[in-house]
Amino acid sequence: MKELLLGKLTLHDLPHEWFTVAGTMTFVLLAVVVIIFLTYTKRWKWLWKEWLTSVDPKRIGIMYFIVAGAMLLRGGLDAIMIWLQQALSSGSSHGYLSSDHFQQIFTAHGNIMVFFVAMAFIFGLINYIVPLQIGARDLASPFLNTLGFWLFVAGVVMVNMFFVFGGQYAATGWLAVAPLSGTQFSPGVGVDYWIWSLQVSGIGTTLGAINFIMTILKMRTKGMTLWKMPMFTWGSLCSMIMAVTVFPLLTMTLFLMFFDRYFGAHFFTTTLGGNAMMYTNLIWMWGHPEVYILMLPAFGVFSEIVSTFSRKPIASYTSNVLGMIGVSAFALSVWLHHFFTMGSSADVNGFFGIMTMFIAIPTSVLVFTWIATMYKGHIRFTVPMLWFLGFVGLFAFGGMAGVLLAVPPVDFQLHNSLFLVAHFHTMVITGVLFGIFAGINFWFPKIAGFRLNERIGRYSFWCWFVGFLMAFVPLYVLGFLGATRRLDHYDASTGWQPFFIMAFIGGLIIAAGVILQLVQIIASFIEKRRLIDTTGDPWDGRTLEWATASPPAGYNFTTIPEVSSRDAFLEMKRRGLGKPAYEDIHMPRSTASGIYISIFAFLAGFGFVWHIVWLIVVSMVAMVVCVIRRTFDDDLEYTLTASEVEKLEKDRRKQIPASKSHTDADMDEDMGLREFIRIVLSWALDVVRNKKWRTR
Amino acid sequence: MTKHKSKRAPQQPIRLVFLGLVGLVLLVVILLQGVDVQLFNPKGLIANEQLKLMVLSVGIMLVIAIPTLTLFFLFAWKYRESNAKATYDAHTRRGKFFVFSIWAIPVIVMIVLASVMWSSTHRLAPQKAIASDAKPLTIQVVALRWKWLFIYPEQHVATVNFVQIPEDTPVRFEITADEAPMSSFWIPHLAGQLYAMTGHANLLNLMAHTPGDYPGRSAEINGAGFAGMEFTARVSSDVSFDQWVAEVTQSPNVLDMSAYKELLQPSENNKAAYYARPSTDLYATILAKYAGSHNHVELE
Repeated sequence: MKELLLGKLTLHDLPHEWFTVAGTMTFVLLAVVVIIFLTYTKRWKWLWKEWLTSVDPKRIGIMYFIVAGAMLLRGGLDAIMIWLQQALSSGSSHGYLSSDHFQQIFTAHGNIMVFFVAMAFIFGLINYIVPLQIGARDLASPFLNTLGFWLFVAGVVMVNMFFVFGGQYAATGWLAVAPLSGTQFSPGVGVDYWIWSLQVSGIGTTLGAINFIMTILKMRTKGMTLWKMPMFTWGSLCSMIMAVTVFPLLTMTLFLMFFDRYFGAHFFTTTLGGNAMMYTNLIWMWGHPEVYILMLPAFGVFSEIVSTFSRKPIASYTSNVLGMIGVSAFALSVWLHHFFTMGSSADVNGFFGIMTMFIAIPTSVLVFTWIATMYKGHIRFTVPMLWFLGFVGLFAFGGMAGVLLAVPPVDFQLHNSLFLVAHFHTMVITGVLFGIFAGINFWFPKIAGFRLNERIGRYSFWCWFVGFLMAFVPLYVLGFLGATRRLDHYDASTGWQPFFIMAFIGGLIIAAGVILQLVQIIASFIEKRRLIDTTGDPWDGRTLEWATASPPAGYNFTTIPEVSSRDAFLEMKRRGLGKPAYEDIHMPRSTASGIYISIFAFLAGFGFVWHIVWLIVVSMVAMVVCVIRRTFDDDLEYTLTASEVEKLEKDRRKQIPASKSHTDADMDEDMGLREFIRIVLSWALDVVRNKKWRTR
Repeated sequence: MTKHKSKRAPQQPIRLVFLGLVGLVLLVVILLQGVDVQLFNPKGLIANEQLKLMVLSVGIMLVIAIPTLTLFFLFAWKYRESNAKATYDAHTRRGKFFVFSIWAIPVIVMIVLASVMWSSTHRLAPQKAIASDAKPLTIQVVALRWKWLFIYPEQHVATVNFVQIPEDTPVRFEITADEAPMSSFWIPHLAGQLYAMTGHANLLNLMAHTPGDYPGRSAEINGAGFAGMEFTARVSSDVSFDQWVAEVTQSPNVLDMSAYKELLQPSENNKAAYYARPSTDLYATILAKYAGSHNHVELE
C-alpha cells in the first residue's frame, strides 16, 4: 500500500545529512522571506498578473535573468566546494567531502552552469532583445514562449529537489555517461533526477527555439531582409536552428536511458547487446553543438558591442554572418573529438580532427572582423567593451588549446586531464558568460531605464579577469603534470597541491567578482535617478532596440519602424525621427496555461524519479487536459486602440524628468565601493534606530 | 552624441595587467620547482612523439595567434576615443582583398596543421605495432572496480596495480574491463590514454626507453573508487624484468577463477598484488562474457 502511494520514497529519503539539511533549510528560508515580503507589500496579485502569467518576452526575459542569476550563485558555490576539496585533499588528508558527494557536486555544477545558467541567460537575452531588434511587437507564439520558460523553471526545481527528497544527485559527470549511469553502477535516484530535470527543461528549450526561429523568420519589420538583420539576431537564429536540430537527440537519448533504468532495456548496458559507446556518441552529437548554441548569441553580442563602441559598422558584415553560419554548420560534425581515446581507427579520428580544426576558420574570421571594426574607430572603453577585450584575450588561448586537443595523438595525452577542464572553462566562461555580462551591461539601460554603475562594473570585470587567470592557468599546468579531472584525492608526492590551492584562491577572486556584480546592480538602483536614460539610446546605438523608450512599452513600438539599411536606427537618427502616428495594436493576453502544464510536467517527472505510478498517470492526463483546454481558448488577444496608445505614450512622457536632457551622467562620478558601503551602513543604522525599513 | 572626458589614465590598468601576467608566470615557474611535469618529461617513444607533435602544433598556431592578438590590442589602444592623434573613419570600406585574406589566412594555417595532424594520427595510432628488433611483449589489462589487473599471457604471471616492462621492447597492451564502467588506461610518461570497456579489447602499443617507476591511473570517471585507481609502471632492464617474472612465478597466490571472482568485488585504494599462473583462458573468458548479444554468460 505504502509503495503504491509513495513509490520508492521512504522516511529515510528526507534530509538528514549536513548538506541536504543545509540545502533544504536555505530553500525554506528563502521561500519564507519571499512569502512574507509579498504578503507584507500586498504584491501577490501583481506578481501573478504582471509577471508570472505574462507572455511579454521582455518580462519573460527578465525572469530568465533572475533564475539564471540565482543558479549562478548556486553553481558557483558548487565550484568553490570542488576547488576547496581539491586544495585540501592531498596525501594523508582526505578533505571534507566523501568521493561520492564530491562526484555529485561536480555533476550538479556542470548541469546547473550549462542548462540553468548559460542557457537561461542566453534565452533571457534573446527574449528581451531579438523582438526589439527585428522591430516586432511580440513573438510568433507567445504561449509557446511562456511554456518553454516554465518548463525550464520546472527543470530548475527538479535539479534542486534532491536536497529535500532523496539526498543524492547523479555522481556520474555532467553527461552521465553509460554504463556508469545505468542501474548496475548507479542504482539510486540521483541519475533519475538528472534525467528528468534535463528532459523537462530540454523540451522547453526545443519549444522556445522553434518559437524564435518562427519569430525571426516571419516577424521581421518591413524592409528588414535576412541580410539586414543585426548580428545578435543572426547569432540567435543560428543558435536556435542548431537547438532545434540537436535537442530532440538529447530528448531521445534520455528516453532510451530512461527505458534502460526503468524497464531493464538494454540500449546502453554492457550486457545483452547494449552498447555504451552508442550513448557516448549520441550524447555528444547533442553536447558539442550545445556549446555553440550558447556561444553564437554571445558572438552576436560582441559584434554589436564592438561596432557600437567603435562607432563603426561591423567590418565585412557578410563575413561576420557567414562566420557564424560556418561555425554552426561545422559544429554538427565534430562530436567524435570528445572521445578520440575510445579507440577508433586513425581514419575516423583524423576525419573528426580535421572537421574540428576547420571550425577554427569561421571563428578566426569573426575575430578578424572585430579587429577590422576597431581599426580607425573611435573606441569608448565602457564596461561592455572591457568584457569584450577580456574575452578576445582569453578566448584566443582557449581556442588554441581546443585546436591542440583536435590533434588525436596529442589528445590521447591531454584528454580527461585538467588541461581539458581548463580549456572548456575558458571557452564557456569567456565565450559565453563574458558575452552575457557584456550584453547585460550593454542592454541594462534599455531593460531598466537607467544604466549600470560603471566604476563598480569595472572592479567586477577585473576580479573576474584576474580570478579567471589565477583559477585556470594552474589547471592548464596541472594537465601537463598528469592530473586528471574529477579527482577527490591525490598523492602528496605529485606536487599538485600548490596549484590546486592557487586555483582555489582564483575561485575566491571570481566569487568576489560575482559579489561585486550584485553590488553593481544594487548601487545602480540606489543611484538610479542620476543614471536615468531618458532618450532610450544611451550608447549612441545603431540597431532598432535603441529606437524605443527605456524600458520599452509592452507593445515595443508605437509605430512599427520601416528599415532600409543594416544599422537601421543610426539611419533613422540621420534622417530625423518622424512624428509617431498612433494605430490600433493587437497584443496577446496573459495566460497561466504554461504554468499549469509545467507544474504537471514537474509532478510527472517527480513521479518517474520515485516510481509513483498514480502521480505519473494523473499528471500526464492533467497535462494533456491543460493543452486541450488551451486550444479551446479563442480570446487570445486584446486590442489597444490608437487613442489609448496615444494616452499611454503621453503619460509615459510626463514621467520622464524634463530637467535632464541627456542620459550620460559622467561615468567617473559613479559611486565607488566606499560610497556604497557608507550608504548601506547609514541605511542599516537608520533601520535599527527608527525600526522602519523604508526610510527614503 | 555624447562624449565624456575621462579623467582616468588608461595606461595604469595596462601596466598593471602586464605586471600581473609576469607575476603569474613567475609564480607558476616557482611552484614548478621540483615537480615532475609528466607530459614534458617523456620516458617512452610514443610519449616523446606526442610531445613533439604538441610543440609543433602550438608553434603553427602561434604563427597566426601572435600577430592577431598584437593587432587586436594595438588597435584597441591606438583608436581609443581619448587619442586625438588617431584618425577616425566611420565608413571605412573593406575591399575584396580584405575579405579574401581574412578567410584565406586561417584556411592556410588550418590546412597546414591538418596535414601534419592527418599523417601523425596514422603514424601514432595506438593500434599500430611498433617496429623494433626486440620481440614484442603482450600484456592484457583488465579494468576492475577499482583496480587494474595485468595478465602476462606468455610469462604466466599476473599483477594488480603494478606493471613491469623491459626497456626498449615494444609492449602491446590489450585493454578491456570487467564489471566496471568505462575507464581509461593512462601512463603519461609513456603514452597517451585509451579507454577500457567491457567486451572490447583496445590495443595500445608503446615502448619505454628509460628505466624508472612511473605513475599510471584511470583517467575516466568510473565511480566511488576512481581517485584511488592508480598503479605503478616500472620500466627495467631485460635482465631484471626476467628476474622479476621468475620471482612472481614463485608467488603463493594463484590467479584461478575463484581468486579472480574475489578481484571482481569492488574495492578501493588497492595495493599492488602478484599472482602466479593465471588461468590460461582468463582474458578470453572475460571478453566472451560480453560477446553474445542475447545471452548473458556467467563466469563459472
